[in-house]
Amino acid sequence: MNIIVEREKSLEALEQRIEDLRARSARQGGESSEDMRALEDRYAALQRDMFGHLTPWERVNMARHPRRPIASDYIARLDEFDELHGDRQFRDDPALVGGLGRLNGRRIVVLAQQKGRDTKENIRRNFGMVTPEGYRKARRLMELAGRFALPIVSFVDTSGADPGIASEERSQSEAIASCLLTLSRVPVPVVAAIIGEGGSGGALAIALADHVIMLEHSIYSVASPEGCAAILWADASRAEEAAARLKLTSDDLLGFGIVDEIVSEPLGGAHRDADRFVGRVLGTIDAALSHLSNVNRELLVERRRAKYRRIGAWQETSQRFASVAAR
Amino acid sequence: MPIPDWLRIRRDKQQNAEAAQWVKCPSCGELLYRRELEENSGVCTRCGHHFRLHAYDRINLLIDRDFVEVGAEILPRDPLSWSDRRPYLKKLESDREASHLSEAIVTGFAAIGTFPVALGVMDFGFRGGTMGTVVGERVTYLFEEATRRQLPCVIVTASGGARMEEGMLALMQMAKTTMAVDAHMRAGFPYIAVLTDPTTGGVSASFAFQADVIVAESRAAIGFAGRRVIEQTIRQKLPDNFQTAEFLLEKGHVDIVVSRPQLRATLIRLLDYLVDGRGPGRTLQAVPELAAQ
Repeated sequence: MNIIVEREKSLEALEQRIEDLRARSARQGGESSEDMRALEDRYAALQRDMFGHLTPWERVNMARHPRRPIASDYIARLDEFDELHGDRQFRDDPALVGGLGRLNGRRIVVLAQQKGRDTKENIRRNFGMVTPEGYRKARRLMELAGRFALPIVSFVDTSGADPGIASEERSQSEAIASCLLTLSRVPVPVVAAIIGEGGSGGALAIALADHVIMLEHSIYSVASPEGCAAILWADASRAEEAAARLKLTSDDLLGFGIVDEIVSEPLGGAHRDADRFVGRVLGTIDAALSHLSNVNRELLVERRRAKYRRIGAWQETSQRFASVAAR
Repeated sequence: MPIPDWLRIRRDKQQNAEAAQWVKCPSCGELLYRRELEENSGVCTRCGHHFRLHAYDRINLLIDRDFVEVGAEILPRDPLSWSDRRPYLKKLESDREASHLSEAIVTGFAAIGTFPVALGVMDFGFRGGTMGTVVGERVTYLFEEATRRQLPCVIVTASGGARMEEGMLALMQMAKTTMAVDAHMRAGFPYIAVLTDPTTGGVSASFAFQADVIVAESRAAIGFAGRRVIEQTIRQKLPDNFQTAEFLLEKGHVDIVVSRPQLRATLIRLLDYLVDGRGPGRTLQAVPELAAQ
């Protein structure tokens, strides 16, 4: 059950009444009645109440909303896209879509974690949980991007890397570790957009980037709230509590320097105005690419290294600074 | 801490507890005399079960001469003001007391055989060996120092993954350590990972599986997802050997499986193959702190 969807249902009756009134007053050719304005005000107030300020748990539900734009919605809006399949070793993973594309005329390599819109597609896409083959395809395309100086744009939307037997047999660990290694040295701009769920290492594998964009109500977390609750209290139903503790919202992560930019969403979430919103996200990605395309290759990788080098929170005595200064 | 200090602490601790003279093997149930177990590197003399090792015991087992610790001054904070059953800061405090460690990894320089190396050893006894900022920072610093001194790096892993109590800051250590491994690798110096029980999650999906040579200790549990998570996902029990070192060897994911008594000799042979005999990192002069002793 998605709590945002439930709330939307509770608004539906009111939406219907407003629609009916509107239709009637249009038929009568008169101006909107007092009733109408009152209803509209009530509706707007309710919407603000429900969606104006979202708690971390509400954002988790927003990130998983069944109508939230998914990777294919963004890819469909590129100027062009040609999917490239397979890891050249074992199989093609439909949970990780990759290929060559064009965004505002600029040639790019696209990597995307692809959830499904309905149950059937979700099963085919493994709910966006990528297997080692998907990460190996991603790595292959990262290397291709490096050879042809094409910037990389990744769309992150996964609850986590696939935790199945087959994925372990083919070393999920090595597949993710290799993606990280490749992204840490690829000499082209890398822009990542966290469009829904950023689930742990499985998300990071394609999100180590020069510029990380996060949509306002997306989440990015070290563990799923349910998994975290199960570990801490042996009780997955305390996920709401875990979500609040994990600091997985866009504002938290901007504060930690883990994401570089937030794209704000329309009231009620990205799906309320999906078309325009997708365009805005692509525009934000394009702006980041324009900016990064002016940086020379060595400096780009050096800056990427410096950015991640700083992340963390620790304390230390002056001892080590002395030894650093002595270099 | 210098190894002799640790050995004294441990002896004092054990003498206080008479019952600690005997240890039951969790695998075969055999009652083992502690001294005998220690002489056998913490491996059950009956069934070959590898007991988990304290980081300093592990270091003591691997090195010649002493161990010069670096990065000990890098200490944890509580960036998320985390509390679940207990506040994070309290958990850290009790782990420090129980383990005599300041964090889940000990890093420094040592000689393995005649090879000076940068050595990092994780300890499952501190927060389940999880990687928070401090583990990430110490590993990164160790690789940077190894690169600067032209030394090979040896990391012994034992970890439940990224540390939940530090949230995304913990996850990002996967990226940070990867970049340090990459710089060391591109500078041309060897990195050997020794995967011990257990090595999972964010550590296995970063520096553990990025090594030039991956050695796994016999029977160690190694994987990305934890066994329980997989069982819950597929709703059936996994076979006993699933995710063991031997299983990974068969599937082609680790280079060598060794039992602990052979580990040191194996590392010396590997270093002998990989280290440039004429490089400046070949002599103890690369670590003046060691040469002085």
